[in-house]
Amino acid sequence: MTAVKINNVVKTYGKKKEITALSDISFSVSKGELFGIIGPDGAGKTSLFRILTTLLLADNGNVTVDGFDVVKDYKAIRQRVGYMPGRFSLYQDLSVKENLNFFATIFNTSVEENYELIKDIYSQIEPFKDRKAGKLSGGMKQKLALSCALIHRPSVLFLDEPTTGVDAVSRKEFWEMLKRLKEQGITILVSTPYMDEASMCDRVALIQAGKILSINTPQGIVETFGKKLLAVKSTDMLRLLHDLKQCEEVQDAYPFGEYHHAVMRNDSKELLRSYLEQRGQSFELKEAEPNIEDCFMALMKTS
Amino acid sequence: MAIVSMNEKVIVAENLTKKFGDFTAVDHISFGVHKGEIFGFLGANGAGKTTAMRMLSGLSMPTSGNAMVAGFDVYRENEKIKRNIGYMSQKFSLYEDLTVRENIRFYAGIYGMSSHFIKEKMGQVLGELHLTAEGDKLVKSLPLGWKQKLAFSVAIFHEPRIVFLDEPTGGVDPVTRREFWHMIYEAAASGITVFVTTHYMDEAEYCDRVSIMVDGRIDALDTPQQLKKTYAAESMDEVFLKLARKATRAAD
Repeated sequence: MTAVKINNVVKTYGKKKEITALSDISFSVSKGELFGIIGPDGAGKTSLFRILTTLLLADNGNVTVDGFDVVKDYKAIRQRVGYMPGRFSLYQDLSVKENLNFFATIFNTSVEENYELIKDIYSQIEPFKDRKAGKLSGGMKQKLALSCALIHRPSVLFLDEPTTGVDAVSRKEFWEMLKRLKEQGITILVSTPYMDEASMCDRVALIQAGKILSINTPQGIVETFGKKLLAVKSTDMLRLLHDLKQCEEVQDAYPFGEYHHAVMRNDSKELLRSYLEQRGQSFELKEAEPNIEDCFMALMKTS
Repeated sequence: MAIVSMNEKVIVAENLTKKFGDFTAVDHISFGVHKGEIFGFLGANGAGKTTAMRMLSGLSMPTSGNAMVAGFDVYRENEKIKRNIGYMSQKFSLYEDLTVRENIRFYAGIYGMSSHFIKEKMGQVLGELHLTAEGDKLVKSLPLGWKQKLAFSVAIFHEPRIVFLDEPTGGVDPVTRREFWHMIYEAAASGITVFVTTHYMDEAEYCDRVSIMVDGRIDALDTPQQLKKTYAAESMDEVFLKLARKATRAAD
């Protein structure tokens, strides 16, 4: 069963349509899938989410959510989806409890009716239920926003950059919450600029400058990297990077945490070793598994 | 790696503390940063990073403790501190409706640079950024990655002794993120001390030393290599998780 189907969607902005936010995007998301849309700021993530949630019209193409058309059946879609925008958009001067009640009432339901679904998340902020939403910490706001987006038991949940600017510990906790929601059968589309979050998704779309670079399982994306990847370090990393970029066997070289990554033209670890030995710097060289960020950069440079 | 001058400290904090009512946001932190060092300032949301940075940049008075920044006292000489540092964050950077050149001229003017200096250096900076042809375009027309690189150049245009970078690479694509770090290396090599916060743990590896704040205190401070050894961790991500999970304070 398909939860979201996107066909040839184009979105431009500006009087002369000079800015292309999305250029001919197509993909579908199955029911119950945890689907990640991964790309930097300005890639088109928010435009896509706003089209999917019926808040923005595409210039071209068609989209269905739960089988309903985003243009013709927008009212039906609004009743069945949950949307957490990137910017906190609850009522700052209502309390935690009032916000939640408000959203439940709008969708003709009650907090009690769907408490089970949000219990895991809401119980963490329930001790502060009389506090004004504007006075909550960043992490608590995020949990309240997610509770409000879930209170009508949506079939599809859209989360636009829920973890941006959030520290590594809180990010991990947030993804654990999403995994538990997925077990409840909710389809989740989540966007993020953090490449390392791809591994938490069933499938991901890598997006850059309005174009999809690749759609696959995280493992599948890594498997299509198709080049030998080596990791090198030395005591003078800046000089090492320069040396790597000069080497004919190296297609691309860039810093990668503690090491530099070298994308090789051929399966030629020993050639790189002898090249670096000639340069007279002591170094450590090993094979590396590409991750999503390596793949993203390779795709960015070839597209 | 940057050329770090070990005997010259440009930031010295001793028991630096900031309280808001009965809440201690920054709790007796002590550390030193060397000239030309790239110093990573890490911590979970709400650990006290922003409050500490505001004190060090002369924007907020400490409750107690001492700190010298660029040779000036944070209590008595905070205006001098502001003149001798640069600052850039992901959120506050440039004026979108001014052109590239206008932004540079505006910020350099605020820091009291002469028009001769501005004119000379403008050409050089635009050349290095490959933005010479875009000099008269509005900043809002530039892609995000370019904006961030330009914002960094503007923050160090007046050749400050220290530049404070608050999550400078948030949301930036992985290629531009690396170009940005290349600019940081070059700034450090020219003698500018870089004080940087980030949520990307691979970027912690690019720092000469890293401190990790937990509940207002500095719980760890060392080279990335030594931190991984001390905490028996494979990566800085693991070091961070081990330390930050001990936090008892709620996020910001």
